[in-house]
Amino acid sequence: MSPTEQAAPALDHAAAAARFVANDAKAHWHDQALWWVRKKRDAASGVVPDWEALRDAAAGIKAHTLSRLAEYLEEFARNAEARGAQVHFARDAAEHNAIVHRILEERGITRLVKSKSMLTEECHLNPYLEARGITVTDTDLGERIVQLRHEPPSHIVLPAIHIKKEEIGELFHAELGTEKGASDPKYLTEAARQHLRQKFLEAGAGLTGVNFAIAETGGVVVCTNEGNADMGSTLPRVHIACMGVEKLVPRRQDLAVFLRLLARSATGQPVTTYTTHFHGPRPDGELHIVVVDNGRSRQLADKVFRRSLSCIRCGACMNTCPVFRRSGGYSYGFIVPGPIGSILAPGRDASAHRTLPFASSLCGSCSDVCPVRIDLHHEIWAWREEIVRRGLLPWPKRAAMKVAGLVLRFAWLYRLTGWLARRLLPALPRGLAYGRWNAWGRQRELPPMPRRTFRVLYRSHRDRS
Amino acid sequence: MLTVGLFVPCYIEQLYPEVGLATLRLLERHGVRVEYPEDQTCCGQPMSNSGCTTEAKPLAERFLRLFRGYEYVVAPSGSCVSMVRNHYDGFLDGQPGFDHLKRSTYELCEFLVDVLKLPRIEGAFPHKVGLHQSCHGLRELRLGAGSERRVAPFNKVQLLLSELKGIQLVELARQDECCGFGGTFSVNEEAVSCMMGRDRIADHERAGAEIVTGVDMSCLMHLDGLIRRERKPLQVMHVAELLDRAEAAA
Repeated sequence: MSPTEQAAPALDHAAAAARFVANDAKAHWHDQALWWVRKKRDAASGVVPDWEALRDAAAGIKAHTLSRLAEYLEEFARNAEARGAQVHFARDAAEHNAIVHRILEERGITRLVKSKSMLTEECHLNPYLEARGITVTDTDLGERIVQLRHEPPSHIVLPAIHIKKEEIGELFHAELGTEKGASDPKYLTEAARQHLRQKFLEAGAGLTGVNFAIAETGGVVVCTNEGNADMGSTLPRVHIACMGVEKLVPRRQDLAVFLRLLARSATGQPVTTYTTHFHGPRPDGELHIVVVDNGRSRQLADKVFRRSLSCIRCGACMNTCPVFRRSGGYSYGFIVPGPIGSILAPGRDASAHRTLPFASSLCGSCSDVCPVRIDLHHEIWAWREEIVRRGLLPWPKRAAMKVAGLVLRFAWLYRLTGWLARRLLPALPRGLAYGRWNAWGRQRELPPMPRRTFRVLYRSHRDRS
Repeated sequence: MLTVGLFVPCYIEQLYPEVGLATLRLLERHGVRVEYPEDQTCCGQPMSNSGCTTEAKPLAERFLRLFRGYEYVVAPSGSCVSMVRNHYDGFLDGQPGFDHLKRSTYELCEFLVDVLKLPRIEGAFPHKVGLHQSCHGLRELRLGAGSERRVAPFNKVQLLLSELKGIQLVELARQDECCGFGGTFSVNEEAVSCMMGRDRIADHERAGAEIVTGVDMSCLMHLDGLIRRERKPLQVMHVAELLDRAEAAA
């Protein structure tokens, strides 16, 4: 294995998670806030009589679309251009950023309002544009909060879920001049609204993400709750919509499946407050659609991990994940955290994100809430195999598994090792048995060490009967 | 007479032999002939789900060799049965006897309900019991509907427990959240693992449980480790032991 491969990971999830857990009250608050969203999702999905069939349909449509993605992309671009939109294709993040910058620069635009787009976060568009003299304002309330704090989002749907309202009150007092000590959500939201209204009016262009792009019509659909994407796309003359290639659906009628699943899975709402369809630019305006690959076609070529390209970014896997709820979005060190992030991140850079596939108890709850039936916990398991295959598992863990594998291949060796452990451990002084080597015993007692094994009990049971 | 190969997971064989014995007694009491292949060690799950396929494969092959002759294989564990049923394909696909092995390996409660078709266990267990839904039993073997899915509610373990005389099954706030054991996860991610475990224990305590039961001793071993460290009055008991005691008391 090469030295670069053994370099420290970008972020060790277990260590970051331990820091999060150390603040017990906040970790429990975070867990409960997200569990509340999970319960809302349960209730909202429960009123749809054919929920499981909808999930089947969504998975089927996505699998079909991905199986002929190139054809649908061409159809989409043709139809979008026929409606007057300008379609740009970007191979990677750098091309995406350059395209967006060129559109703004050619028109002399220096102020951009953005409505939440995970893709532009993935491409690190904000710092790129800011370095070139463009003021970028995120306009979703949560996004604006993390932008003012100079932080990335900690969740793809609830970007500021890790921040308490009192902390937002302090931030807004410093940044927007709200009253000191005020933390009433209604008051703070109104302050943000007034502040953002000004930004919308000043902006030369609005950038939005895309939830669905329809091949058959050439339209794009954006789902939001705050209406800011609608403000950003209608007040300025130029609208830039950025999408990953996987956002395609073949027909308009497919939305009947996805729109019923998306908001229910994400926040437990029957549908998002605003579902806006853009078919071409408005009469005096421009609509640019930037279609980005950035590693997606490589993922599509991988027969194990291609299913995770079906993700519609609802965040349900994060809300249900018992590990995410107790470790926070930042512990993943990737723009998409949680179970889906643990699959996507190592796909980008396996070495940097090698701890993420192990940040899961493999409980499988994510796979069961996923509206497009991605077998998330099995893909996480498959990534572990990939990490080992590439020599990225730290050697003490690799060595432990080699030894265990050897011991368990021979019944006599297994019995001898078991016998030794059961005799030796109870005989050790407590300080030694619960020494630094024993991660299990830091907070837990070791299991009992009985003198007789089941094999012995079985023999005496047979002797009696 | 139905012959069953008894599959006793390695850590149960070594650390919780009474659970194996309770499984054996239960099966025999219901007219099953049980054989325990003595050379079994481990199904290979810890290596496999750490990604170490090279180490797991010989153990899967060994398992097939020891168990392929049986009509049924039964184990007091949802997780290890799931290993055989759902994760051996990569190691054993196409090998003679593997298809049969995969189809005929059962978790104990599942075997009692689906194969023996017991309408109920005649027994008494006058205690307040919290049922911990071990994840692999629940979501990989589908021993129950699970709170995530919108399907008709069912639960094979609860079905067996609820018919016992005097038992009070407590209602949990989070009916099927993971306890945080997760195999090597319990030491790799020790901080989160223990927080998850403590949260589960608190849920059972609030619901008034005296005993926490479940199909996987590994989850219970983790919970018990936390319970004993904090000297809580709660007890853990594998469902095989609970059913065996209840039946013996009847």
